Amino acid sequence: MKLEKDKKIDIEEILKDLDKYVPRRRGWHWREGVGRRKIGDFEYYQVSEPLKNSIPLPAAKYFGNIDPQPDCVITTEIASGRFEDDIRRMRMAAWHGADHIMVIRTLGQSHFDGLIEGTPEGVGGVPITRKQVRATRKALDLIEDEVGRPINFHSYVSGIAGPEIAVMFAEEGVNGAHQDPQYNVLYRNVNMVRSFVDAAVAKKIMADADMLQIDGAHNANATAKYGWKVMPELLVQHAINTMYSLKVGMKPENIALSTVPPDAPPAPCIRLDLPYAVALRQLFKNYKIRAQMNTKYIEHDTREATVTHVLNLLISRLTSADIQSTITPDEGRNVPWHYNNINAINTAKQALIGMDGLTEMVKLNFDGELGKKVRELKMRAILFMEEILEVGGYFKAVEAGFFVDSGYYPERNGDGIVRTINGGIGAGTVYKRDKDYMAPVCSHFGYNNLPEGLNKPCDLIDGCTLCKREKIQYIDELDETDNVHNRLKETFEYRKGDKIKPEVEWAGDGVISMNLFLPVDERTAEYAAIKYAEKLGLTDIAVLSKLPMHPAEGTYVEIRGRVQFAIDKNELVIPPEEKILSDEEIEEDIKRKPMKVVAATVGNDEHSVGLREILDIKHGGIEKYGIKVVYLGTSVPVEKLVDAAIEENADAILVSTIITHDDVHIKNMKKVHDLCVEKGIRDRVILVGGGTQITNDLAKSVGFDAGFGRGTKGNQVASFLVKRRREMENEKDS
Amino acid sequence: MRREDDFEVRSKHLQHMTDEELDAYFWELAEKIVDPLIELAYYHTSPSIERSVLLRMGFSSIEAKEIVNRIEERGLLSKGAGHIVLKVAERAKTDYLTAGRGLANGQYLDVLDEIAREARENEAGER
Repeated sequence: MKLEKDKKIDIEEILKDLDKYVPRRRGWHWREGVGRRKIGDFEYYQVSEPLKNSIPLPAAKYFGNIDPQPDCVITTEIASGRFEDDIRRMRMAAWHGADHIMVIRTLGQSHFDGLIEGTPEGVGGVPITRKQVRATRKALDLIEDEVGRPINFHSYVSGIAGPEIAVMFAEEGVNGAHQDPQYNVLYRNVNMVRSFVDAAVAKKIMADADMLQIDGAHNANATAKYGWKVMPELLVQHAINTMYSLKVGMKPENIALSTVPPDAPPAPCIRLDLPYAVALRQLFKNYKIRAQMNTKYIEHDTREATVTHVLNLLISRLTSADIQSTITPDEGRNVPWHYNNINAINTAKQALIGMDGLTEMVKLNFDGELGKKVRELKMRAILFMEEILEVGGYFKAVEAGFFVDSGYYPERNGDGIVRTINGGIGAGTVYKRDKDYMAPVCSHFGYNNLPEGLNKPCDLIDGCTLCKREKIQYIDELDETDNVHNRLKETFEYRKGDKIKPEVEWAGDGVISMNLFLPVDERTAEYAAIKYAEKLGLTDIAVLSKLPMHPAEGTYVEIRGRVQFAIDKNELVIPPEEKILSDEEIEEDIKRKPMKVVAATVGNDEHSVGLREILDIKHGGIEKYGIKVVYLGTSVPVEKLVDAAIEENADAILVSTIITHDDVHIKNMKKVHDLCVEKGIRDRVILVGGGTQITNDLAKSVGFDAGFGRGTKGNQVASFLVKRRREMENEKDS
Repeated sequence: MRREDDFEVRSKHLQHMTDEELDAYFWELAEKIVDPLIELAYYHTSPSIERSVLLRMGFSSIEAKEIVNRIEERGLLSKGAGHIVLKVAERAKTDYLTAGRGLANGQYLDVLDEIAREARENEAGER
């Protein structure tokens, strides 16, 4: 199976023969060719191997359509509850530059005692099952071939089934995972003993599978009352998980710290967060940094979120990031929508590339406040750890509510999360291994009374699944109704049929959003917006965002709802697209036979910007192909223009008209055509009209050869001129 | 517990340290916190760990769950679920996959009971 750029990924095909699918590799992949490189007209300092297929930033069209890829891996989190729809979004994400796809688990999976099988629908995430993982990995294999860069697939090894999930991930070629026993204890109320005992085995399996591990410390600043006060504790949490992983046997380069700049404006966030970012990178210099964007202070306003995230990216560039994770700008208001994943990826790509090589010119100043704060943070973290040991170790410290306290340690506010050693989910399920305890499998951590003389533990059973893949037991579906096959039947017409329906998460979900400015106060605006949506026939209406522009003068509202109808592709009348010649082809034709045009804005019209863009070499206008341009200026009388064309023996006349009052633009164009006929040159001169209100049909209706509207580029006009001249030559010959 | 920020006083013994010394001390403390946790993990197991062993031996998640439940009920998890499955196979004179699947379906329970009885007797003997 191979993806074709112009065809949708075939989900039914992906699901075929999954039982026989073998992942192509194990382990994490870093971007290749990292460092300095020339791309287009520029020398970059912090980029990597370019992609085979990608969609560059919108402004790339001014820079030769280059799409430089930053040096760090870029993450996006995609988990809508239906993996079959997520796969399509993953493909879009890869085209924009994501190479780390993180799938959040469905609500409650961390308390599920065992593996989930099949493909049930999820809530706030995807049920992570072998079939779902295998199908997604298979799709990502195709997508990485299409974009030309390996894609890391990532999910969570947490909850009370960690070791089992780790085994499944190792078997299925999952490349990275979150694993941090502290996360289970603090945020999922899993028994602390169970959590740490399980974690050691899970980590050992991950280590042997060469998976990248990301810790869970960042959750503390999302949970803590004051994000900026939890920084000493964050260093401690990172240290505990890092040291624990190291002792289990994980390679330092596979241990990544999940770190978030804890603050956001209007706090002076860079000055608050930079010392923390530096302290972390100094203390953990042997490990990888996964820089995450802030989620705690994300509200309904996607613009505000984006600015906060760009400031986070500034910290990444001032310090370092091996992985740059992204948060969708709509995370504060709904489960992320397709295009907001892409927006977040582009925010990262745009800012990282824009700040390429920043530290070649800007250096951190350690002499003053920064150096002092870095030291202070480290000391506060050290004091935290000293006190953990004083009270009798980690478990005692958790029981005493040390963690996620809102005080700036050693200040304490007594509002930390308290767990007891005998409490929580899975309490009392940990057993001391007997002297004859034995586990005849590879990648096992801990005491193991294996018989002597084995080459590897699984020799006893003639190979375990990690050594002998064919031993893996694949379960397809357990639920006859709640599965992907039924869901795909329901959405068939939107994916493979002729129906088109807007969507933000799932095929055919019909969700759209609207932006309204309403000249009333905030509360009135909210209800007026809902009324509008109702009158437009939307259902499931919800206000996404309200921003007062002034208490009385007006409010900006974003609102969502579902449309109740689909459009049939066959009903659409789509005019065929004009094919544009390549630059080389145009240049060649001009070389073969020089071309000259006269151009002007006619009538009493002083606008020149649009026409200059079409003509000027510096705007990529037609001059760059070698076409000679005689520009007569603005407010040129029609007669003068036609006379100039005769005098210059021009191949074409380019007429620009912007003012449309009383249809003067149409009248003037008609006059040009009539005059050319009158003077006997119409059959040897090409007439082209342009302007904001001009269409091709309109221009043709007054006798012109073509018309170009808003947004036209020089290459379109040049391509047309060359093609039309060839036609005229052929007409003459025949 | 509530406490005012006493950083200035509390950090006196750290103030004279160089940056390198601070970093080294940070890791020394981390290791001291983690060592007993690693020790705990080294000598303990859990149902999830044992199910992960059975998965690696080639059982399905459904089978692994049933097998571990039966072994845990009989107090044998501390011997390792994979180990017990091998023992059942040996005594029932069959291959271990057949033995494990049998256990999952409620077969060989007499064999399992026998192993549990012997384990209890051994334990009593050791005392």
